[in-house]
Amino acid sequence: MMERVLLVVLAVIVVAQEGGQAPLRGASPLEDAASLVRQSQEAFHRAGTDLKARVKMTLLTKEGQQRLRDLMMLRKNEAGGNQRYFLYFHGPADVRGTVLMVYKYPNQEDDRWLFIPALNLVQRVAARDSRSSFVGSDFSYEDISGRDVEADTHTVLRTEALGSRQTVVIESVPTREADYAKKLSWIDQVTFLPLKEEYYDVQGALYKAFTADEIRDVQGLPTITKRTMTNVKTGHKTEVVFESVAYNVGLGDDIFTERTLRRPPEKWLK
Amino acid sequence: MLGRVIFLSFAFFIVHALPLTPYPLRALADDLSLHGFLQANYSARLTGLQPPTSEGGDFLFGEERFQLRLDKSGEKGRLFIRTDFFHDAIANRPDLEVREAYVDTSMGGSDVRVGRQLLIWGTGDYLFINDIFAKDWGAFFSGRPVEYLRVPQDAAKLDLSAGWISAEIVAMPFFQADKLPSRDRFYQFDPFPGVARSTQQPAMEFQNTELAARVYGTTWGFDTALYLYRGFFHMPGLEADRMIAPTQIAERFPRLAVYGASTRGNALGGVVSTEVGYYDSLADHAGRDPIIPNSSFRYLAGYQRQLWEDFTLGLQYYGEIMMQYDVYRASAPSGFPVQDQHRQLMTLRLTQLFWNQTLRVGLFAFYSPTDQDYYLIPEIRYSISDNLWVSATGNIFGGRRTTTFFGQFGANDNLAVTVRYEF
Repeated sequence: MMERVLLVVLAVIVVAQEGGQAPLRGASPLEDAASLVRQSQEAFHRAGTDLKARVKMTLLTKEGQQRLRDLMMLRKNEAGGNQRYFLYFHGPADVRGTVLMVYKYPNQEDDRWLFIPALNLVQRVAARDSRSSFVGSDFSYEDISGRDVEADTHTVLRTEALGSRQTVVIESVPTREADYAKKLSWIDQVTFLPLKEEYYDVQGALYKAFTADEIRDVQGLPTITKRTMTNVKTGHKTEVVFESVAYNVGLGDDIFTERTLRRPPEKWLK
Repeated sequence: MLGRVIFLSFAFFIVHALPLTPYPLRALADDLSLHGFLQANYSARLTGLQPPTSEGGDFLFGEERFQLRLDKSGEKGRLFIRTDFFHDAIANRPDLEVREAYVDTSMGGSDVRVGRQLLIWGTGDYLFINDIFAKDWGAFFSGRPVEYLRVPQDAAKLDLSAGWISAEIVAMPFFQADKLPSRDRFYQFDPFPGVARSTQQPAMEFQNTELAARVYGTTWGFDTALYLYRGFFHMPGLEADRMIAPTQIAERFPRLAVYGASTRGNALGGVVSTEVGYYDSLADHAGRDPIIPNSSFRYLAGYQRQLWEDFTLGLQYYGEIMMQYDVYRASAPSGFPVQDQHRQLMTLRLTQLFWNQTLRVGLFAFYSPTDQDYYLIPEIRYSISDNLWVSATGNIFGGRRTTTFFGQFGANDNLAVTVRYEF
C-alpha cells in the first residue's frame, strides 16, 4: 500500500518536474526527495522482516589480482528503524570463523563486535561507518547497511531512463560526516532500488561508482543479487554476489548476542 | 636443516593430499571441516649478546609449525581439535602441542564445553585484570603470533543464559602457571643468580580446582560484566631455603581470589572501557610474608577511536595499588628491589591499514611512569594472497633499571619474522 502511495507521489513529482510546475501541495520537493530516498533505503537495506544471504565479494585490483570475501549475512529489522547484523566469514582462510556483529541505529553510532576464533576473543570495534571500508572492499559500512536519510540534503534532479527502466535521479549533499561531497543516485521508479550511484569528491571529480548488475524477485521482493563498486581513481573494484537469499526466515533475538558470537549457530551458517 | 625440509614436505603433502580423500570419506566429511596452516617463525636477538646457556644464541625462537583444525558439528554438539606439530629449531627437536580439544553440548538455555580450550575475559588490550587465565610471556616477548600468548587450559565451562543476562562458570582442575620467558633463552633479572630452582605447583586435588565465573550482559549499548575467581597467583613467588647464601629456591603459587567488574561501549566518538579488580591474597592478608604478593586493587581505563579511514588509535591507563604497603616495605628483604605502592602503566596502539587492508602497519607501546620502563612492539604485516601472509614484529625493551618487569629484558631486543600459509 505504502509503495503504491509513493508511486503515485513519484508520478506526480515526475509530472511536476517535467511540466516545470510548482511543488506538490503540502510538501516541498526537498521532502519528496527525502521520502524517495527513505523508500529506496527500505527496499535496498530493510526488505522483509529478516534476511539470510550468502555474500561473496570479489576484490579486484587494476592489475587483475583477486581476493575473495565469503560470508553469511543474517539481518534482522527491529523497531524504531534499528537493525541487527550477524556476519560470519567462511573465507578467506585467515579470517575463517570470524564474526562481525552490528547493532545499527538511525542517527547514532553503531555498536560493533568482532569475534576472533583463534583467540576466542570478543572485541568492541571503534569505527565510523562513513569512513571505513568494509573488510578492505570498495564498499564502506554505510554502502553495505545504509546511511541515515537525514545525513544528507536530497534533491530530485530529473527523471531518466536507464536501459529499460525509468529512474529518478537524486542528488545528495552531506550535512554530516561523509567520504563524498556529493552523491547522485538513479532510483528505479518501480522497485525503488538504486540502479546506479556516483560519488564525487570535494573537487567535483567522480571517484566511486556503484551499479546494480542483477535484480531478482525473491519471495516477491525485488533484490539486488549482483552489484559492483568501482574506485574510479585507483581502478580497484569490488563485485558482490548475493546467493541463496531468503527473507522472513525467523531469525531470533538470541542470534545477535555475545554468547552466539562465541558459538556461532551452525544451522544458520550453511 | 634436513629435518626442517622433511617436516615441511610432510606437512605440505598432507595439506595437498586432502582434496584427494576417497569419496566415502568425503561424504562422511560433510559436517567435518579440516583446516589449518603451515608456518615458519623465527626471532633473532638484535643486541648481539648471547646468553651463556645451552639454548642461548642469536635466536630467541625458531620453528616450523603445522596446525590442523578438525571441526565436527552435529545436531547434538560439536567436536573441535586444534593440534600443532612443530619442529623447534633452537632445541632441534620435533614436538606436538594440542592447543584445543573440546566437546560442546547444548541443553536448552545452557551450553557445556569440556576439554582443552582458550579462555579470554576482560576488556584489556595486552593488560589483564579479570582475565586470570594463563599467559605465555615468552611467546609474546619473542614475537610469536598473538594467539600463542594464550596458554590453553584444561577446563569444564558451563554457559547459562536467561534473557539479556548470561553467565560463564569455569572449573579448571589442573593448575596452569603463566609461562615466563625461559632463562635459557632470555637475559632477565634473577634475584638469586646461579641458585637451583624447583617449582612447587598446587597439588592436583579437588580443593585446588580453580573456579572462575563471569556474569555479563549488554545494557544501553554497554557490555558489562562481573567476575569472580578463586585459585592461585599464576606468577610464582620465590622462596629461598635461607636468606643468606641460599642453596635452593622454590617457586610457589600462593592462593588468590579476584573480584572484579568491567564495562565498555560507545562514548566520546569511540569505544570506552573500564575494568577494576581486587586481588585478594588469601594466604597473606596482613602482607607480612615477603614471598607472597600482597593484596592489591587494580584498575584499567581504555579508549579507542578511528581517527581517519583505516587508522585506529588505542589508549589505556592501568594501575595496581598495593594494600598493606608499609608492612610490605618493613618485611621486604634488604638488598632486593621493592615495588612501588601504586604501579602505573600506559599503553598506546596505533594501527594503519593500506592497500585495501592487505598491509597493516602498527605500533603497540607500553610505558610505565612508575617503573620507568617500556616495551615497544612495532609490526608490519602483508597479506600476499588470501592464503599467505608475512609479518615482521619488533620487541624492544628498556628502562632505567634492570629489575623492573620490562626493564629486565633490555638485552633481548629482537625482530621476529613469520610466514603463514592457511588452508
